[in-house]
Amino acid sequence: MQIQQLSVFVENKSGRLAEITEIIGKAGVDIRAISVADTSDFGILRLIVDKPKEAVELLRAAGLTVSLTSVIAIGIDDKPGEFAKAMRVLADGNIGVEYMYAFISCDKGKAYVLLRVLETDKAVECLKQNGVTLLSAEEIYGM
Amino acid sequence: MSRPELEALQLERLKRMVNYCYENVPFYHERLEKAGVTGDKIKTLSDIQYIPFTTKDDIRDNYPFHMLATPMKKIVRIHASSGTTGKPTVGAYTRRDLDLWSDHVARVAAASGACEEDIFQISFGYGLFTGALGLHYGLEKIGATVIPASSGNTAKQLMMFRDFGVTGLVATPSYALYLGEMVKESGYPRDAYKLRLGLLGSEGCTEEMREQIEKNLGIFVTDNYGMTELGGPGVSGECEYRCGLHFAEDAFLPEIIDTETGMQKAPGESGELVVTTLLREGMPVLRYRTKDITRLNYEPCRCGRTHVRMDKVTGRTDDMMIIKGVNVFPSQIESVLVGTKGIGPHYQLVVRRRNFMDNLEVKVELVSADLLESYGELEALQRGLHDRLKSVLGLETKVTLVEPKSLERFQGKAKRILDLRNEKE
Ligand SMILES: [Zn+2]
Repeated sequence: MQIQQLSVFVENKSGRLAEITEIIGKAGVDIRAISVADTSDFGILRLIVDKPKEAVELLRAAGLTVSLTSVIAIGIDDKPGEFAKAMRVLADGNIGVEYMYAFISCDKGKAYVLLRVLETDKAVECLKQNGVTLLSAEEIYGM
Repeated sequence: MSRPELEALQLERLKRMVNYCYENVPFYHERLEKAGVTGDKIKTLSDIQYIPFTTKDDIRDNYPFHMLATPMKKIVRIHASSGTTGKPTVGAYTRRDLDLWSDHVARVAAASGACEEDIFQISFGYGLFTGALGLHYGLEKIGATVIPASSGNTAKQLMMFRDFGVTGLVATPSYALYLGEMVKESGYPRDAYKLRLGLLGSEGCTEEMREQIEKNLGIFVTDNYGMTELGGPGVSGECEYRCGLHFAEDAFLPEIIDTETGMQKAPGESGELVVTTLLREGMPVLRYRTKDITRLNYEPCRCGRTHVRMDKVTGRTDDMMIIKGVNVFPSQIESVLVGTKGIGPHYQLVVRRRNFMDNLEVKVELVSADLLESYGELEALQRGLHDRLKSVLGLETKVTLVEPKSLERFQGKAKRILDLRNEKE
């Protein structure tokens, strides 16, 4: 149930995001989800791609600072209150969320949320028990 | 040689040098005449204080050959240092000067542990610069094998390390640092490299930077000192105990002065290094102000050498930046940066003036991917650097994290300060 996510250190310079995503795009690596958080000087680009290992190697070879970490993905119905329900499950299970980002799928009516939590196994267990849909790495990479 | 014996020798040579300059260099003739000093007026070493200083400007004003003490036919070699401002500084050598020079460098090389079995790659840029040829002839004199690689073409540098079984490296610390990074990335096993010694010089190197170079290249690094005005490297160098650079006192007489007043400082006090050449024939200098800030340590050294030890240069009287009235030396900043985990050893300092206020930006490369999981950690790194810089410098700085390898790498002397205070933004 763990999905590999790339974190890339990016300076705040115009065109830098284009340059970085071009590196993996040219090699035929497809992006599934993306998030950028930044301060005034630098940002951290988080990427879910179909071929994470290749993408890490390509970016490292280009001299970038990159790390690979595990995140989990949940699928929820795209309806009011659904996201809150999933968050409640985690809160009641005392599971802290470091950060998250969401994307809406081509499957009508579904939304996906990528979550970075400290205790991945515990979170997976807790979400399963409470009937929240979790997506496997294959499902995400193959979307 | 005991200190009294050495001092007697220095005194005798100093007297001779003063007379030699008076008789052979019109510039010194005039200066000494005006100051009323001749060789016979010098009764003790401390009488050197009556001799006027020679500055870099004096040498520049006498460009190119007015400081020469011999006719050109006696000169067999000319070197020059790249003039960052205006004309270069010229050095002229007689045959005897070259011979003594290589002796002094040979001493530095031997003190560092180099021997005739070593194969040295000289990755200093050749040409007018004294560093490359100085080390070249000094290393040959001790019987080591010398490869005049010059700087640049890093892939080829690494290839020669491996194929020629190179055991010693001569380079600037910043280039050695870069070569170390490349060796790590070269993909060859560790034992493909036989490097064991590094004679690094021509720019400053902090302890932390040295440790990093030693780790990456697997070498024992010693520092040596010299400058074109004094004939190049060989003026002083570290022994295996690395507790200061032994000064070739039989050929160069060192003093420490107060930069402001020009008065000699007490032994052991820090100040500007002033050097008088005692043996140079082609271009002797009396009381040359090096602008380097250091200290002299007259305590005997564990290695048994009696020559005085000079501390690593802690700053330049002219590299010193004055920011908001605070004296800042790049070496202070370097010591903070190199001791910090997660960032690379290269840095750039940018000084700007906004609304009549100076501000200093310190750019460093983030190299560790471990901190990417949370902003908190990256910000803690930035804050930690800021706080340590503040305690070392007593000054607010702006710390900027940049991508790895995005700062310029230098093959010669590193130019890490970008002063934009007089530029329009
Ligand atoms: Zn010693």
